[in-house]
Amino acid sequence: MGMVPATHYLALGAVLFVIGVAGFIVRRNVITMFMSVELMLNAVNLTFLAYARTWNQVDAHIFVFFVMTVAAAEAAVGLALILGLDRHSQTLDIDTVNRLQG
Amino acid sequence: MEQIVFYVFAAVAVGSALLVILQQRAVYSAFSLIVCFGALAVLYFQLGAALVAALQVIVYAGAIMVLFLFVIMLLDPKSERFGPDRFKKTALAALPAAAFLAFVLLRVFPAWSPRGSGDPLGSGEGPKRIAHILFQDYLLPFEVTSILILVAILGAVVLVKHRPD
Repeated sequence: MGMVPATHYLALGAVLFVIGVAGFIVRRNVITMFMSVELMLNAVNLTFLAYARTWNQVDAHIFVFFVMTVAAAEAAVGLALILGLDRHSQTLDIDTVNRLQG
Repeated sequence: MEQIVFYVFAAVAVGSALLVILQQRAVYSAFSLIVCFGALAVLYFQLGAALVAALQVIVYAGAIMVLFLFVIMLLDPKSERFGPDRFKKTALAALPAAAFLAFVLLRVFPAWSPRGSGDPLGSGEGPKRIAHILFQDYLLPFEVTSILILVAILGAVVLVKHRPD
């Protein structure tokens, strides 16, 4: 059985991470930006698991659990913030919410 | 066999990730993201992390994305108009992104090419070993995580609580 080298998994993780970064920068809809962050977190998880297999370590799996937990907590708080933003300024466009600009 | 599965699902993951950031409507982005998470779950399974793959489907594709879809359907965001400065913005984003990607790939590929030594968790042993490590070596972070979740729940409740004014 031909094994896929870990570098390919790492490269895939890098590609997904960069797609997330690009989406976060380009998109102006708060929800889509938020989904880009989730994409980045998943890219990191993939990297963790690729290294876990390479070095035969299970600790990385624990870290993936923690990343998932933090992502869940972040989703709860972030979506609450988005709801509050919509209620406060009736928009989800990040460019119109610039009152902290001074 | 592993190679075929890897390349197919890597392509699915990258394609749906691109769709996430290219769709104008948020709800289509959310569905693309679910597809991406599914493909990633398959890859996790291939890496010998069956438990993580199951959690990926249950927690990510199940719980978190349903939360996203709830909010999207609740708020009904207008499809995002890509303004006239779209290409300027895209170039602005693509430049650092491409630089970072080039850096990472150049670092990754010429380096030693580690070949995985099979699945680290054996078959059927996985959850047992993970639980052992999680509740012995990582007990304190585990407990701290529960506090984090508690604080997140309280924060979410406080943030969306309707304040009559």
